[in-house]
Amino acid sequence: MKLVYFAWVRERIGVSEEDLALPPDVATVRDLLAWLRGRGEAYEAALRHPDVIRVAIDREHVDHGERLAGATEIALFPPMTGG
Amino acid sequence: MPVDPIVRIQADDFDLASEVSALTTGRGDIGAVVTFSGLCRDEAGTLSALELEHYPGMAEAEILRIARQAAERWPLTGLVAIHRHGKIRPGENIVLVVAASSHRQAAFEGASFLMDFLKTRAPFWKKEHRIDGTEGQWVDAKEVDDQAAARWESGKISDR
Repeated sequence: MKLVYFAWVRERIGVSEEDLALPPDVATVRDLLAWLRGRGEAYEAALRHPDVIRVAIDREHVDHGERLAGATEIALFPPMTGG
Repeated sequence: MPVDPIVRIQADDFDLASEVSALTTGRGDIGAVVTFSGLCRDEAGTLSALELEHYPGMAEAEILRIARQAAERWPLTGLVAIHRHGKIRPGENIVLVVAASSHRQAAFEGASFLMDFLKTRAPFWKKEHRIDGTEGQWVDAKEVDDQAAARWESGKISDR
């Protein structure tokens, strides 16, 4: 699965994108955030407060309950501050 | 048939007068044009620049989704949104919305709606660069922006 990160999520994890093989029991966005947090200190620092993390699947906003099946690109980022 | 919005994401600056002129030239049906432009503040002289990061594949698509909602909700005859990315200095432009209609109310409200949702849903993030050279912070999202977007869903503002 291609994961892309932006803003302070990207800075804390330390890469802007990566390809990761997700375990089969990672079914939803919420599962993904919990699984990523267990991958090390950098991920823990980025995702310590998962409720604030915004997620897009294939470039559309989704809720944390959304299922990952069929996704090509998952983006994690902080609340947006454009405009 | 709702108007087809124009959305551009670019590093370069834009010119308000040119964008309005491009939208209205040769048209006799437009009675009102509302423009909103957002500029970079210097935060009381402490800020040297804002770094605007964006999600290239999604930024244009998301603003287009919001613009199409505006075009369906109000009788707009033209709608343009331009958002810059990269390093932007105090006094420079960040974002532009131009909304045209036969009458002013739709143009005002369409522009306001587009900006409110652009602030909360378009994938852009601002990082501050400080004049004193210290590490700048990522700008925090503001609850007031969420409230501004939510008011369009609560029926407090009527459609025309």
